[in-house]
Amino acid sequence: MMKNKLSERASIIPPSGIRKFFDIVTEMKDAISLGVGEPDFDTPWRIREEGIYSLEKGKTFYTSNSGLLELREAICDYQRRRFSLDYDYKTECLVTVGGSEGIDLALRALINPGDDVLIAEPCFVSYQPCAYLAGANVISIPLKAENEFRITAKEIEAAITPKSKVLMISFPTNPTGAVMKEEHLKAIVEVIIKHDLIVISDEIYAELSYGFEHVSIASFPGMRERTIIINGFSKAYAMTGWRMGYVLGPEEAVGLMTKIHQYAIMSAPTTSQYAALEAAKNCDDDVEMMRRAYNQRRRLMVEGFRKMGLDCFEPEGAFYVFPSIQKTGLTSEEFATQLLFDQKVAVVPGTAFGECGEGFIRCSYAYSVEELKIALERIGLFVEKMIKK
Amino acid sequence: MREDILQIIQNNSKIEVKDLALMLNDNEDNIADEITKMEKEKIICGYHTLINWDRTNNEKVTALIEVRVTPQRGEGFDRIAERIYRFKEVTAVYLMSGGFDLTVIIEGSTMKEVALFVGQTLAPLESVLSTGTHFVLKKYKDYGIILDDEKKDERMVVTP
Repeated sequence: MMKNKLSERASIIPPSGIRKFFDIVTEMKDAISLGVGEPDFDTPWRIREEGIYSLEKGKTFYTSNSGLLELREAICDYQRRRFSLDYDYKTECLVTVGGSEGIDLALRALINPGDDVLIAEPCFVSYQPCAYLAGANVISIPLKAENEFRITAKEIEAAITPKSKVLMISFPTNPTGAVMKEEHLKAIVEVIIKHDLIVISDEIYAELSYGFEHVSIASFPGMRERTIIINGFSKAYAMTGWRMGYVLGPEEAVGLMTKIHQYAIMSAPTTSQYAALEAAKNCDDDVEMMRRAYNQRRRLMVEGFRKMGLDCFEPEGAFYVFPSIQKTGLTSEEFATQLLFDQKVAVVPGTAFGECGEGFIRCSYAYSVEELKIALERIGLFVEKMIKK
Repeated sequence: MREDILQIIQNNSKIEVKDLALMLNDNEDNIADEITKMEKEKIICGYHTLINWDRTNNEKVTALIEVRVTPQRGEGFDRIAERIYRFKEVTAVYLMSGGFDLTVIIEGSTMKEVALFVGQTLAPLESVLSTGTHFVLKKYKDYGIILDDEKKDERMVVTP
């Protein structure tokens, strides 16, 4: 009875490609997984300790809708210190339940029915569904391996429609590990301003940039007023389960997002906010330690795939490699499934992150060097077998 | 590069040179050379294994001895420290600031053995003014490693 009363809009969204794969993997005993999208480090103890202490002190009530004032202040200080961005913590910052809530809020605050949203793909799994739920038409911009999965002005120009309002980008990128350095961002600013686009810039992996400093698109002239930044504590501080994210943007936009957040969520979890406060204030060196470790594993992975004879561009951010498996003659899904059954290694098919991920797989290196070496060896055996065929 | 090598091998001295080379973006010969140099320069002083003896059938007793001594003219504490650290029973000696002068770590197979060493060998040494012996009851964490940590990967196997 209930079935034909359900929302058509929600029902029509295809199930997550990751979910489908997850079900197969969980049934597999003793498989090695490179499928995880979160750090392998524990949250640094001083952060956890601060969460515990807040509970001991009885800090168990709602906070202000926007989040603790001192946390917002610490976030804005941090953004200034690390990325030279200047946001007013009282009016231009909102603490959210993970970066994911920020993505949803930003889209709901910007979209009118029928607006077009341009999404650079492959990308995080929630962009398309959230845009769709907000009432937007989604226009995918498939990024190319030959451009190292960066977005170019040409690609934006080619995708623009009269109804285009929002461009969603995320660099460093999950799943590709692609980055946009200062010169690459500079090259797309003009077309964004020319077409009066608003940018939702998901910078959750900003701290995991290797060998260069992350630059936000909001730091370019004319961009601050048309950018909403999504960020959070999950990846940089290994705090995924705490669900701590935030958005930064012009006062009107953040104000509207705060209104939606206030009715949908009330306020982000209080314990997590106290823990995040410690992270933003005192944990730069923990982030540095983790970044260094990821960077070392990253080289091991790229080299590992290249030795198998697969094309693998060198990702300079996040903790993923995105090798091409086209030489094996398999589709991404076939590759991932057969690899799992043949060698008991789980990787995620590129298609889980958009159709243009076909021909690629996402492998996370948020694992110990020992685990990565075993996984690479097994993948190598499988690839050899497939190429011989 | 030295600092990077040291940081990695401090926690895993078994890592292979070829992996180090990949991780640090350098060639194997350079890395191997650098390690040899650091061994010669006594920056790398040894490669040890961290053993949790409590999990074996071997009895091991560790004691931390606070030692007060009289420094010697022209030699400071070094001479007396040397007379102490030369004993094979002594695994570590540190010069301390504060209420006593030397921390001496002693390992033995029984408490009696350690007590005898302190009472009959260490305490009577010339320049040793007093000793205070503290036995280690349980080691929770050593050299940055939590000894009884039976950590599992709690993450879900596939996540976005």
